[in-house]
Amino acid sequence: MTKKIRNPKSQIPKLKYTLMTGNEAIGEAAVAAGCRLYAGYPITPQNELTAYMSKRMVEEGRVFIQSESELAAINMVFGASVAGARAMTSSSSPGISLKQEGISYLAGCELPAVIVNIMRGGPGLGNIAPAQSDYFQATRGGGHGDYRTIALAPSSVEEAVELTRLAFDLADKYRGPVLVIGDGILGQMMEPVKNSKFEIRNSKLLPKPWALTGAKGRKPNIIRSLYLKPGALEEFNKKLQRKYEEIKEKETRFEEALTRDAELIIVAYGTTSRIAKAAAQNLRKKNKKAGLIRPITLWPFPDKAIKEVAKNAKAFLVVEMSNGQMVEDVELAAKGRRPVHFYGRSGGGVPTPEEIEKEALKVMSSWFVDKKPRTTN
Amino acid sequence: MQTTRIICAGFGGQGIMTLGKVLATLGMKNGKSVSWMPSYGAEVRGGTAHSMVIISDSDIPSPVIDKADICIVMNKPSLDKFESRVKKGGTIILNSSLIESSVKRKDINAVKVPATEIASSLGNIKVANIVALGALVSKTKIVSKNKAISLLKEFFAEKKALLELNKKAFNEGIRI
Amino acid sequence: MTAKNIFTRPKSLRDVPTHYCPGCGHGIVHSLICEVIDELNIREKTIGIAPVGCAVLAYDYWDFDVTEAAHGRPPAVATGIKRILPSNIVFTYQGDGDLAAIGTAETIHAANRGENITTIFVNNGIYGMTGGQMAPTTLLKQKTKTTPFGRDKIREGYPLKISEMLAVLDGVAYLERVSVHKPANVRAAKRAIKRAFKTQIEKKGFSMVEVISMCPVNWGTSCEGAIKWIEDNIIKYYPLGILRGDKS
Repeated sequence: MTKKIRNPKSQIPKLKYTLMTGNEAIGEAAVAAGCRLYAGYPITPQNELTAYMSKRMVEEGRVFIQSESELAAINMVFGASVAGARAMTSSSSPGISLKQEGISYLAGCELPAVIVNIMRGGPGLGNIAPAQSDYFQATRGGGHGDYRTIALAPSSVEEAVELTRLAFDLADKYRGPVLVIGDGILGQMMEPVKNSKFEIRNSKLLPKPWALTGAKGRKPNIIRSLYLKPGALEEFNKKLQRKYEEIKEKETRFEEALTRDAELIIVAYGTTSRIAKAAAQNLRKKNKKAGLIRPITLWPFPDKAIKEVAKNAKAFLVVEMSNGQMVEDVELAAKGRRPVHFYGRSGGGVPTPEEIEKEALKVMSSWFVDKKPRTTN
Repeated sequence: MQTTRIICAGFGGQGIMTLGKVLATLGMKNGKSVSWMPSYGAEVRGGTAHSMVIISDSDIPSPVIDKADICIVMNKPSLDKFESRVKKGGTIILNSSLIESSVKRKDINAVKVPATEIASSLGNIKVANIVALGALVSKTKIVSKNKAISLLKEFFAEKKALLELNKKAFNEGIRI
Repeated sequence: MTAKNIFTRPKSLRDVPTHYCPGCGHGIVHSLICEVIDELNIREKTIGIAPVGCAVLAYDYWDFDVTEAAHGRPPAVATGIKRILPSNIVFTYQGDGDLAAIGTAETIHAANRGENITTIFVNNGIYGMTGGQMAPTTLLKQKTKTTPFGRDKIREGYPLKISEMLAVLDGVAYLERVSVHKPANVRAAKRAIKRAFKTQIEKKGFSMVEVISMCPVNWGTSCEGAIKWIEDNIIKYYPLGILRGDKS
């Protein structure tokens, strides 16, 4: 079953860069990260990832399973994680809804796993075009119970490689499921990736003394999320919250561009952030002071960064491929100190730099209409 | 700072995706930022497939192209769909073997290439896409002819027979 | 004369009281599994999967590595574990709701892939943990909390013959239906469980033992009544015997 087949043709060629789709790049990143089991079920727009893994995992003598459902896939990942292996599944929005049961159990059992969501339009079957409408699901826990999942949002194919590798490390470090959140564009577009990004690192993986491997020479290990004794679950949930506080402290990631003297801060993530960055640059050419904050971790959200820029900026403009989800986190972080505006496209609509520029100018021009200077607190 | 946005469109099976990938790889080898974005799913089933390629001196904001500098259309439905998506002053390259009607707009340059017929005379209609590539390189100078040929050599390093055929197809396209 | 100890608690079974009701079959099935694990000397490489249902606390009673799994998902979890650790012994312990209702897809596909795992399927025809609702294997006319007028074939359909369904799959190496309502049946059940584990050790593919078991509390009867119910009704609809594998 796990015979190693070497196919020289599918090895990364010895060029400095390789042109890859986001889906393939995430797959190769998982291989490089030492993922030993991948299970998945076909759904557009992430099919290339499942297909890629069906080839690469077998070549590497690792486990690939096309599962009977998303539920089965996430539970196969659960099983591999129970056995101490790095494991990954991927899907797109409707399939990620099905995986929520398993994600909740992974969080409750404190099991590491990587789950990739290449988002498409919803609700329901929606369509197969790119979207960012699963932000709430990714950042609020997603399934039942009091838990959070680290959610990493790459904005380029190369960054998808970096963040997929990081996802495996963080999952092991904090013993829990970690999400990689992309959209249909990121999954299907091709961009050059530096080949060195796939180099196998020799750093040792964290030991997993909690894994089930057979109780040889030790007491049996038990993996469970059931706490029936009065007070036991509350105690466990507090432990989880302490872990989440540590993650907030240590793992919040974001990028900022042109923010130092910016009057308008555009906040966007993933594909949208690239477009927003271009809009900010165009606005600068017109002497309009716009900047960008790009959350790289959607959870934990970079609220300190938002608070910091709120000191000098006049307003925020949040841009998403949804009807407004992350905007709530920006509002929470800005805490009413600065107005938070929103521009969104959904159902497959992708904003252009010009659209964002227009929205930004609308917000900025309103400052000159009411002449009263805004007070800062 | 220059950015070239190219849409390639045609039937499934005309090598539209490959054409886009060859273009993107050319740009990459030239040290440019590049992106390639396919059409997919239900869109593909409708009879036309397309891919969008951007080659730029700076970072590429969105791989999705609204208005293209250059459009390669390999069949009639693609012409209908993408004629309006070419920028004023842009170029449209049509596969005149399969498109009898002509371009309606007067504000864009139309280049007619009998790509399928040329490919057929070379013995394999599948290289029509490379004929179109030749025409594109000749008309737009996005890369030099020599660079394009050296890339073709790499692409077909393991299939020598295909390399000769593709080189011929490319040179025929250049001649248009 | 020295006293000779001819019966001891299996090493794989912890010395703790269980939470099971009087007359329940789970305790018997737990013991049988532990005896078999001891006899095959595989305790140190066995990984069990406890279900959602009455046996949810099985890891409190078994003295080897155990994980929980979401309701219906043990075959998928077992697949993940076994593919990573092919030389360990992996088994699922599942009730009728888990295996034949909410987890039907996982059961059928793990069996059909011929996953080299063992499933112990405890069929008592009722949802015990939640207080006695209809199971997929509840018999026609049987009264439960959710079939107060008795199971009606028009309203609820027929009792599911999941083992018969699985028996036609090529991935299944061994499948037998046994019962634990009488001592002779208990002995036969142990033989079947041992054969199932051996099937896995010999890497032959998916093995499963369906164990007909008693739930007098939720059946609303006595222990004797439960034995009679199995004898007169259940094993008439669900006949005992080997469904797949050599009939030796």
